[in-house]
Amino acid sequence: MEQQTFLNILPILIVSTTTIATIFVEAFYKRSDNLIYWLSIVSLILTLIYSILTINVQNLNFSNTLHSGGITNLFYFVLSLTSLLVIISARDYLLRAKYHHGEFYILIFSSLLGMMLMASSRDLILTFLGLELMSLSFYVLAGYNRKVLFNNEASLKYFLLGAFASGFLLYGIALIYGSAQTTNILLIVNEFNNLLLKPLFVLGLVLLLIGFSFKVASVPFHMWVPDVYEGSPTVVSALMSTAGKTAAFAALIISFYGSTTSQVNFEIVAKIISYLAIASMLIGSITAIAQTNLKRMLAYSSIAHAGYMLIGIASANKLGMSGVIFYLIVYSFMNVASFILISLMENDFEKRISLNDFIGLANTHPWYAAIMALMMFALSGLPPFGGFFGKYYVFLAAIKADLTYLAVIGVISSVISAYFYLRVVVYMYFRTNEERKDIFHTSADNFVLVLCTLFVLQLGITPNLVLDLITRFLP
Amino acid sequence: MTLEQITFIILALIGLTSALMLIIQKNPVYSVLLLILHFFALAGFYLLLNAQFIAVLQILVYAGAIMVLFVFVIMLLNLSNEEALKDPFNLRKIIASIFGVVLILQFGVFFFIKAKDDLNVTISPNSIEAGSIKKISEVLFSTYLIPFEVTSFILLVGIIAAIVLAKRKFE
Amino acid sequence: MIPLKYYLILSAAFFSIGIIGVLTRRNAIIIFMCIELMLNAVNLTLVSFSSFFGDSSGQIFVFFVMAVAAAEAAVGLAIIIALFRNKLTINVDEVNIFKW
Repeated sequence: MEQQTFLNILPILIVSTTTIATIFVEAFYKRSDNLIYWLSIVSLILTLIYSILTINVQNLNFSNTLHSGGITNLFYFVLSLTSLLVIISARDYLLRAKYHHGEFYILIFSSLLGMMLMASSRDLILTFLGLELMSLSFYVLAGYNRKVLFNNEASLKYFLLGAFASGFLLYGIALIYGSAQTTNILLIVNEFNNLLLKPLFVLGLVLLLIGFSFKVASVPFHMWVPDVYEGSPTVVSALMSTAGKTAAFAALIISFYGSTTSQVNFEIVAKIISYLAIASMLIGSITAIAQTNLKRMLAYSSIAHAGYMLIGIASANKLGMSGVIFYLIVYSFMNVASFILISLMENDFEKRISLNDFIGLANTHPWYAAIMALMMFALSGLPPFGGFFGKYYVFLAAIKADLTYLAVIGVISSVISAYFYLRVVVYMYFRTNEERKDIFHTSADNFVLVLCTLFVLQLGITPNLVLDLITRFLP
Repeated sequence: MTLEQITFIILALIGLTSALMLIIQKNPVYSVLLLILHFFALAGFYLLLNAQFIAVLQILVYAGAIMVLFVFVIMLLNLSNEEALKDPFNLRKIIASIFGVVLILQFGVFFFIKAKDDLNVTISPNSIEAGSIKKISEVLFSTYLIPFEVTSFILLVGIIAAIVLAKRKFE
Repeated sequence: MIPLKYYLILSAAFFSIGIIGVLTRRNAIIIFMCIELMLNAVNLTLVSFSSFFGDSSGQIFVFFVMAVAAAEAAVGLAIIIALFRNKLTINVDEVNIFKW
């Protein structure tokens, strides 16, 4: 391996080496849990720093299968930052539940490796393998505590539906291979216009989309989302709903980048994407109203958010693609913070947090209530928080691509969703009962929450900085 | 009819019958055996398509290793005579079956009418070379080096999963 | 000489039979076997494309799919064993304790 190639794929090497190193530490060193915790944090920070430092060096490695630098490093940064935030606060959660083992970190790292490969891959075979690596780790993480029935059931559901969906994804890839005679994404994207004339390719693209819809948690494979988010350990749900979505959208953006709605036959695909987007937004927002369990509510809101992001893909222009990436960044911080706030109220894997647990939180824990309220405002898309600009860019892209009806339905769905987000705020601030709430906060959790809050505020105040960065690196 | 066509028809019949029997079979052990039979039929197709290496792998890995794992688990959980596994016949099954049949017809229409221009290729003279171990390993260790390394991680996750979820004493 | 479309329609039929199985059966292990059936149908599609094009990458993809299927079998069966120990059933209808 040449030295330059080695440097290019260093983030992936760091993460994979840590995975292996963790196994050895776990095997040969007693009381290894703390060591593994710090080892993971250090290697994630190294990945973060390195991917930012080398963001300008763009390269294709290993016969055009692996891209490095530019947008890939941006995705590396977001994915490893999300994992870092989750890992920092996960330890105390696992210690509270008395189920803290090194395997948790190994699985988080292998899923991160899979996600990074999905974001950097330029070959459908590698994308598929990255996706499977991520999913297999998530199946296990969802059932992490095997003594808890909730965890078992979540992981069985996730596994069966996930494997079913990857069957569709694989069939899509096979048909694309059959029509393009190659699996290299760059070659396929170059030939996009000619290939779209072939019905075989269009069918492949649609099947690929259906397969990805599972991973991004949108219709038609959305049934697993509420059950799995509710049943999994809360920190795992935090990672699945943010980094998992980011990686799947990264792969979608890479495969669909270079398409425009004006292309022949792409309108069929764009139409299918917009139907999926409409269905996800409406089903997500309307069903979430009926939920009293907070994790289920966030799960349905996750479906709705996947719908908003699909609008950006359907509009198939540069603003749409960069809008989706911006949205994903904001969404990661908002959702990680919300899930971690929920995890602070749980002391074991079987506790279920409902809306009633939030009554009077403003009196007992004003700071936590304030952060939760801020996250709910941001998730519902109120200005001046980051969530607003995510939606704004995506809707603007839809209007530019003559898909105004998508933007209109998006706004309607946002208005509906404001109801259940603001309901949490009402419960916290305007209802009281005497019962004293326990919040198991530690300095690690506080650090993560403050960091997320700062990022969400920052993205709301100066969204242009980040958007310009994204636009610069989109080829 | 040539020998190739006769073989194709026989293999197709075996494949279809075993797949159909699998999904209506009550006893999971029989289902596993039918799936193994199905895999043998697939291996036959791979030989017809000049993919010798994949045909061997199909039998060694799928029929030999993966399905043995299935049999082990079914025996371990002693599922073959379990009451909880009764599968009542109901409306959902009828709808799903109709859906499946429609899907097959759709695919048929698609491959035979809509996409028939894309599929007008004859088997390539290179196919024997493309299916040989030599050619496959050449491409595997040059172009697909990174995917090959990734599979090792995927198998590693499989091992860790077994430890996390199924090891008897996990403290 | 068998035309490509016969291989494709056959694998599409296997794929659809797999889908019917997943939708109709309630035994987790049989559902999992039906998913294996679907993956193998895709493998047949890949190999036939690969042979008709004279291009090895389709067969290499099949090789990777087999590796993934092996890992998936380990993970899936471990999940099923973990569930069975807690609940003594692998009927997916009884697994549904979550409300919609």
